[in-house]
Amino acid sequence: MDQVIFFFFAGLVLLSAASVVLQTRIVYCALSLIVCLGSLAALFLQLQAYFVAAIQVIVYAGAIMVLFLFVILLVDPKTEALQLDKGRAATWIAIPVVALTTASLLFAVRDFQVRSAARGIVPVSIMGEAGHTENLAVDLFTDYVLPFELTSILILVAVVGAVVLAKRRS
Amino acid sequence: MNLPLSHYLVLSVLLFGIGLLGVLLRRNVIVVFMCIEIMLNAANLAFISFSHYLEKIDGQIFVFFIMTVAAAEAAVGLAIIVTLFRVRATLNVDQADLMKW
Repeated sequence: MDQVIFFFFAGLVLLSAASVVLQTRIVYCALSLIVCLGSLAALFLQLQAYFVAAIQVIVYAGAIMVLFLFVILLVDPKTEALQLDKGRAATWIAIPVVALTTASLLFAVRDFQVRSAARGIVPVSIMGEAGHTENLAVDLFTDYVLPFELTSILILVAVVGAVVLAKRRS
Repeated sequence: MNLPLSHYLVLSVLLFGIGLLGVLLRRNVIVVFMCIEIMLNAANLAFISFSHYLEKIDGQIFVFFIMTVAAAEAAVGLAIIVTLFRVRATLNVDQADLMKW
């Protein structure tokens, strides 16, 4: 049953990602990306990362993609086909480089195993019960409180920057 | 969980490759940006699968930070795209070439 769920959502992820790359209209690319993010959230649920799956749906698919759609609304999307322009250097470099990178990474991860000595002290069974968010919060606000505060400053800077950049010069 | 870790990692690598192909081949700047988000999500999947199989929570905390940074980057990047469109009236990356030699 685990295998069925995994292969179904993995196939959906890869198909929707390919659809983002290959679609002609920008809005279809954005909708395909939303499907991709939702399928990834399902895979996160299968990996018992419940909090992360919820914020993936709320933040990534719910806020960032809505921001993308607003920008697509504001600019004028002319239909642009995926033409493989032979005169453009990136076309010749792209496919061999991507094939080489993907092949070498696949070679590295194909039989990845976890050695038992590397395991941490939060057993999966406890992570799966109620209190999973509590486990995440304990580490987030004790060991990782400095990056947490820094990301709040980062978000403030990003908000100010986005407003300043997008304002009309009047 | 009877699925080996390598299944999730192979999926993450393939997703990363698809995103990389999109960044290099597409000419519309918004679609390039979406393919960058695909690559970030591939890394998120790798982090979550390692967090599950190593039974540590740290991978999920890192994903939390990656999502926050991706949100900030999307906001600023899309504001830049809107400004670029207002000035140049095009979304073609090949035509944003004022700084090329």
